[in-house]
Amino acid sequence: MDPVKITDYVGTGVIGVSWLMIALPLLGAAILLVLGRITNKWGHLLGVAMSLASFVVAVLGFVELLGLSEDARRQAVHLYEFIPGMVDMGLLIDPLSLSFALLITGVGSLIHIYSIGYMSHDPDRRRFFAYLNLFVAAMLLLVLSDNYVGLFIGWEGVGLASYLLIGFWQFKPSAAVAAKKAFIVNRVGDFGLLVGMFIIWTSFGTLAFGDLQGKVGEASSGTLTAIGLLLLLGACGKSAQLPLQSWLLDAMEGPTPVSALIHAATMVTAGVYLVVRSGAFFEASSTASLVVTIVGVATLLAGAIIGCAKDDIKKGLAGSTMSQIGYMMLGAGLGPAGYAFAIAHLIAHGFFKADMFLGAGSVMHAMNDEVDMRKYGGLRKLMPITFATFMVGYLAIIGFPFLSGFYTKDGIMETAMEHGQWMGWLAVLGAGITGFYMSRMIFMTFFGEKRWDKDAHPHESPSVMTVPLILLSLGSIGLGYYLISDNRFMKFLAPAVGLPERLPEFHLFSTTTVGLSSLALVALGAGFAWYKYGKSEVPVLAPRGSFLTVFARRDLYGDALNESLFMRPGQWLTRIAVFFDNRGVDGLVNGLAAAIGGTSGRMRRLQTGFARTYALSILFGAALLAGALLLVGNI
Amino acid sequence: MSPWLPILMAVPVLGAVVVALLPKGSDKLAKQVTLLVSLVVMVLTLVMAVQFSPRGDRFQFVAEYNWIPSFGVKFGVGVDGVALVLIALSVVLVPIVVLASWNDADGVKTADGTVIAPKRSVKTYFSLLLVLETMMIGVFAATDIFLFYIFFEAMLIPMYFMIGSYGGAQRSYAAVKFLLYSLFGGLLMLVAVIGLYFAAGKGTFMFPELVGAIQDPATQKWLFAGFFIAFAIKAPLVPVHTWLPDAAAQAPAGAAVLLVGVLDKVGTFGMLRFCLELFPEAAKAFTMPIVVLAVISIIYGAIVAIGQTDMKRLIAYTSISHFGFIVMGVFAMSQVAQSGAALYMVNHGFATGALFLVAGFLISRRGSPYIADYGGVQKVAPVLAGFFLVAGLAGLSLPGLSSFVSEFMVMVGTYSSQAFGSGGLAVAAIVSAVAVILAAVYILWMVQRALNGPTAESVKGFKDLNVREVVVLAPLVALIIGFGFFPKPLLDVITPSVQHTLTNVDVKNPAIAEKGAGE
Repeated sequence: MDPVKITDYVGTGVIGVSWLMIALPLLGAAILLVLGRITNKWGHLLGVAMSLASFVVAVLGFVELLGLSEDARRQAVHLYEFIPGMVDMGLLIDPLSLSFALLITGVGSLIHIYSIGYMSHDPDRRRFFAYLNLFVAAMLLLVLSDNYVGLFIGWEGVGLASYLLIGFWQFKPSAAVAAKKAFIVNRVGDFGLLVGMFIIWTSFGTLAFGDLQGKVGEASSGTLTAIGLLLLLGACGKSAQLPLQSWLLDAMEGPTPVSALIHAATMVTAGVYLVVRSGAFFEASSTASLVVTIVGVATLLAGAIIGCAKDDIKKGLAGSTMSQIGYMMLGAGLGPAGYAFAIAHLIAHGFFKADMFLGAGSVMHAMNDEVDMRKYGGLRKLMPITFATFMVGYLAIIGFPFLSGFYTKDGIMETAMEHGQWMGWLAVLGAGITGFYMSRMIFMTFFGEKRWDKDAHPHESPSVMTVPLILLSLGSIGLGYYLISDNRFMKFLAPAVGLPERLPEFHLFSTTTVGLSSLALVALGAGFAWYKYGKSEVPVLAPRGSFLTVFARRDLYGDALNESLFMRPGQWLTRIAVFFDNRGVDGLVNGLAAAIGGTSGRMRRLQTGFARTYALSILFGAALLAGALLLVGNI
Repeated sequence: MSPWLPILMAVPVLGAVVVALLPKGSDKLAKQVTLLVSLVVMVLTLVMAVQFSPRGDRFQFVAEYNWIPSFGVKFGVGVDGVALVLIALSVVLVPIVVLASWNDADGVKTADGTVIAPKRSVKTYFSLLLVLETMMIGVFAATDIFLFYIFFEAMLIPMYFMIGSYGGAQRSYAAVKFLLYSLFGGLLMLVAVIGLYFAAGKGTFMFPELVGAIQDPATQKWLFAGFFIAFAIKAPLVPVHTWLPDAAAQAPAGAAVLLVGVLDKVGTFGMLRFCLELFPEAAKAFTMPIVVLAVISIIYGAIVAIGQTDMKRLIAYTSISHFGFIVMGVFAMSQVAQSGAALYMVNHGFATGALFLVAGFLISRRGSPYIADYGGVQKVAPVLAGFFLVAGLAGLSLPGLSSFVSEFMVMVGTYSSQAFGSGGLAVAAIVSAVAVILAAVYILWMVQRALNGPTAESVKGFKDLNVREVVVLAPLVALIIGFGFFPKPLLDVITPSVQHTLTNVDVKNPAIAEKGAGE
C-alpha cells in the first residue's frame, strides 16, 4: 500500500488550530525572554504550562485523526503565504507527524516538570525554561511542517535551542566551545539539506510534501540519488551519525534534562524523521537507501564501542544514543518494512533513554554533579526509585524479553536480516555490545563498593523529579509490546509511509535466529560486564587500557580526524587569506604603487602620501576587474 | 506629477539647514530636531509606500522638472518596487542611527575615563546625517541617470566628513581611502554616462527612454563595464573591497550602519537596474565571470572574516560575503534569485545595522574594537549579549530571521536558473552554500570569545544596555524576526519590479512561471 493522498483540511476540529501546538510554547519562550527578570518567580510554571497545553492540543488532534477514515488521515492545514509563488506555510497532520508531536510534547512535558526540581538552585532557571519552550516550538515546527522550508526553519530552530542549552552554562569555556561545535557541525549537515532543497525545487517546482506526492518518478535516477544523499547528509548532522557524530558527546556539557530531551529523546532523532518523511526519494534510489543502512550500521557499532569505554555516565549514554539512532537509521533505510520499526524504536527509545538520562541526572544531583562512574558504586540502596526506574530503562534498551526495546529493536534486526545478512549480523553484534556497556554502567553505578568522594551524601531526589522517572519507565515497559503487537503501529503509520507488501508476523517471544542469537549475545555481554565490573573491584582511576580502549575513549579519533582534516587546514587557510588581504590585495598593490612612484620609503608611513598610493591601487584593482571582464566576456 | 518624492527629499535637507543654524550650545536641541525630522520623513515615506500599487505602473510618484535643458538633463524622480523598499530601508535606519549616535559627537569616554573619541561639533554631525538622508532618497528615486550620478557622487561628501572627522584613530586614512576608491568608480561611471548619452543619441538622460536605446553589442559592453566597475567598487566586490573594512571600522557605528546598510546597496541597486536593463546583451555575456567574482566574494569574504580580530572589521567582511550573494542573485537572471537579491539588500541593512550598532554599544563600554579584549560579557550584561546574539544569528542567516529568506531565494534561484544552461549557475549556488557553514564559524566564534567564557577583569564593571540603546535595537530585531516569517509585504512590492527588469533583459523566466521545468 502506498501512502494516501494529502488533502486540505476543511473540518472545524482541533486539527484546524494545530498551529497552537507550536504557538503556545513559542509564546511562552517570548514572554520569558522579553519580560526577563520580572518572570523569574513563575517563569518555570509558565514553561511547564505551555508545554502541557501543547500536549493537550496534540492529544485532541490525535483523537480527531483517529476518528477519520484511513484514507483521510493526511490533512494539510494551510496557514499563510510565506514566499509568494514558492512556499506556503502549512502543517501536515498525519500519523507520522502526530506520533512525533505526542512524543515531543509528552516526554517534553515530563522533562519540563523534572527540570523544576533539577534546576531549582540555578539563578537562571527562567532562561532555561524559555529555551526549553523555544526548543519544543521549533521541534514541533520541524515535524509538523508540510514543506521542506518550514521543516528547515524548525530544523535550524532546534539547532539554535540546542546551541543555547548546551551552552547554558556558557561561563564554562568547555560548554561554550561544545555549543559552538554542535552548531557548526550541524551546519555541515544543513549544507546538504539546503542543496537537496535546491535540487528538489529545480526538479519538481515545489517544496511541499503534498505537491511532491506521485511526482518523484519524474526525475532521473541520478537526481534522486543526489537528493537522497544530500538529505542524508543533513540527517547525519542532526542525528549525530557518522561522519558528523563528533558533536554529540561534547553536547553533554548542557544540563542533564537537556541531554535527555534534546540529545536523546527528540532532536537527535530528527534525522530519522527526515529520512522517513522523504521516503519516496530513498525508495526510488537503491543507492541512497543502501547508504542510509551503511551509515546506520556503522554508527550503531561506533556508538556502542564508544559507550564501552566511557567513565562519564552522560557520555556513556550519549554513545548509546548514537548507537540506538544508528538502529533507527538502519530501519529507515529499509523502506516501508523498516519505517514502522524505526519510528517505534524511536518512540520507545525516547522513553527509556530519557528515563535513563534523567536517572543519571538524579544520580548527579545526589553526588555533587559528579559524572565519573568510577566514583559511584552501591547507590541502589540509597536511591531506590532512581535505581528501579533506571533498571527498567536498562532492561528495555538491552532488549530484555517483553520490554519495549525487545520488540522494537528486534523488528529492525529481523528486517535488516531479510535485506542483507551482513547488516543483520552486524546489528545483532551491536545488540551484544549494548548488553555489555549498559550492564557495565549499571554495575559501576548502582552495585559494588562505594567509591564516592568524601563530601558526597547521596540521597533520593524529590518527587518532582522521581514522578517523571516513574512515568517514563512505565512507557519503557509496555510501549514496545503495544506498538508492535498485531503490527499495530505499522498499520497506524501506513497512511503516512505506506505498508510493505508482506506484513511481518508478530511473536510474543520470537525464536528466530536473530531473536535467539541477539539474546544470547546480550547475555554474553552482560555476563562479561558482570565479570569485569560486578565481580571484580572497579578501580577509581581508569586503567590505561588497551589500544582498543583508548581508541574508544577518544571517540574513535573522530575529533582528531576533524582537527587534522578541517580545523588545522582551515586555520591556515584563514591566516593566509587574512595575510593576503592585508598585504596582498592592499599591500602588494601599495608596494607596486610605491615601486612605480619611486617613493617606497614614504609608503611605509601610511599617513603620508597615501592619496597617490590609493589612486594607483584602485587603478590596479579596477584593471584586474576589467581584465577579468575582457578575458572572459570577449568585449 | 506627484509631490511625494521632492517633499521627502526636501524635508531632511531643510532640517539640516535648521540644525546647522541653531545657536551655539544648543547640542541637545540639535539632536532632538534631527530625530524629529527623521521621524517625520519616516512617517511620510511609510504613508507614501502604502499608496504604492505593486501591479500598477513601473514608476510611481513620478515627478520631472527640466534642469539643464541644453543637455536634456532633468530632475526626474520616481520609484519602482525595489527603489521603494530601499528608500524605506534608508528612512527607517536614519532615526535609529540618530538615536544610536546620540552621544557619539559629545566625546566618548569609557567608564574608566579613556577617551575613545574627543568632543566634536554635534550640530555638524547631525546636519550631515540629514543631508545624507536626502541624498540616499535621491539616489534611489532618480530616474534621470545624470541625476543619479550626481547623488552617487555627492553622497560621498557627508560620509567622507562623518568618517574623517568623527571616526576612530585611523579615521583620516580610512576616509581618504574610501573617497579615492569611490571617486575613481564615479569617474568611470561619469565617462560611461556621457558615453551612453551620445551613443544613444536621444538627447536625454531619462532611464525609461534609454532602455533598449543601445543595440550595438560592443558599445553595450564598454558602457556596461564602466557602470559595473563603479558599482562593484561601491558594493564592494573582491578585489576592489579593501576600502570597506577600513572605512567601516573607523566610522562611528551609526555612520557605518548607513555606509554598509544603505550606501553600498547603491552599487547592487545600480547593477540590477542600470547594468542589466540598459545593456542586456552585455549583461548576459558577462554573467558567468561576474557570478564567479560574486562567489569568490562570498567565500573569500567569509574566510577573511573568520580571521579578523577587530569586531567592526569582521562585520565589514561578512558584508562583503553577503554582497557577493546579492550580486550573484542579480546576475543569475531568474526571478526568484533577483527578488531574493533585492530582498537581501533590505534585510542585510537591518541585520548588519543591528550588528554594527550592538557592537558599537559594546565597544563604547571598553574603548577597544578587539574581540580579545572582551570575554564573559553575557554574565554582566545579559541584555546586550542577547541582542548581540540575535543580530549575529541574523548575520548567519538563521532560518526564521529575515536574512534567511533572501539568502535561500538567491541560492535556489541561482541553482534553478535556466538562463544560461543550468550547469555553471548550479555549481555557483552549491559553492556559495558553503558560506552557510563559514557564517556559523565567524559569528559564533566571535560570540564565544566576546560574550561567553569567564568574565574578563576589564569587563566586570560593564553596565547593561540603557533604555535608549534598547529602543535603538528593539525595532531592528522586531523587523528581523517579522520579515523572517512574513516577507510577503516586501516581496509583493519587489517581485513586479524585478519582472520589469527581466522583461527588459529579455530573459525567459524559468522558475516561478513554469514551476521549474526539470533539470
